[in-house]
Amino acid sequence: MGSDAIAFYLLGALAIGASLLVIAQRNPIYSVLLLIASFGALSGLYVLLDAPFVAVIQIIVYAGAIMVLFLFVVMLLNAPHEETEFDERVHPLLRPGPMRFGAFLALVLGAELWWALGRGGDTGAFPGGSVTSVAVIGKALFTDYAFQFEVTSILILVAMVGAVVLAKRDHPRDRRDRGGR
Amino acid sequence: MVTLNHYLILSAILFAIGTAGVFVRRNLITILLSIEIMLNAVNLTFVAFGRALSSADGQIIVFFVMTVAAAEAAVGLAIVISLFRHKESLNPDSFTLLKW
Repeated sequence: MGSDAIAFYLLGALAIGASLLVIAQRNPIYSVLLLIASFGALSGLYVLLDAPFVAVIQIIVYAGAIMVLFLFVVMLLNAPHEETEFDERVHPLLRPGPMRFGAFLALVLGAELWWALGRGGDTGAFPGGSVTSVAVIGKALFTDYAFQFEVTSILILVAMVGAVVLAKRDHPRDRRDRGGR
Repeated sequence: MVTLNHYLILSAILFAIGTAGVFVRRNLITILLSIEIMLNAVNLTFVAFGRALSSADGQIIVFFVMTVAAAEAAVGLAIVISLFRHKESLNPDSFTLLKW
């Protein structure tokens, strides 16, 4: 087993373990921190796939920006534990109705994907040539994908305005007109 | 030897974990985190296929997925904040006003 294979299994196990712990935690702060660990492992996998650009933006944008946003909201709302009317230590498959069904569906989805991939046959090793250069990616981004790139800038603008409008607190005067909250 | 199949199976497992999280958790923030897990599983698939086809397109699509994920996180968390102001709760079962 080569060093690539060892790194793949280590990082893959780390990603799966951290993701499982994310959905097993009751405290959202631990969930966010574990998800950052999972993203770090995925970033290592991108390096193994000869995609250093994706690996770096995975760390900077995902682990750096998006997760900090999540952490900020978790701390702002200060609602650490989810309140449930049943015992949280119960196995997901033994919980009340819809959640048991949902956990079962997720298991079925995983088994189905596994089965479908197993039937595909052996894909063999990756070919020799790989695109690692950021210059090539940037060139394609600003020529072939120029329109999509501009559309994402509008998407970001809309999301920014939307987030401000949604999270804005009502002005006290407006609230008084409506007779309080 | 690590092949494309290994990456696809890893991605499938991560996607199933994300799906399970959406169904099992009763906390809006953890549900959003589970959606991020699913997005990342799909990103891994894109990069692995891009590597297998020796093409830059996979990495470019991952770039776009990350942009959409950032927009989704910003809007989703803003909605969570305004929901929390109304009900003082993050449990999705407490937001049943539109339930018939």
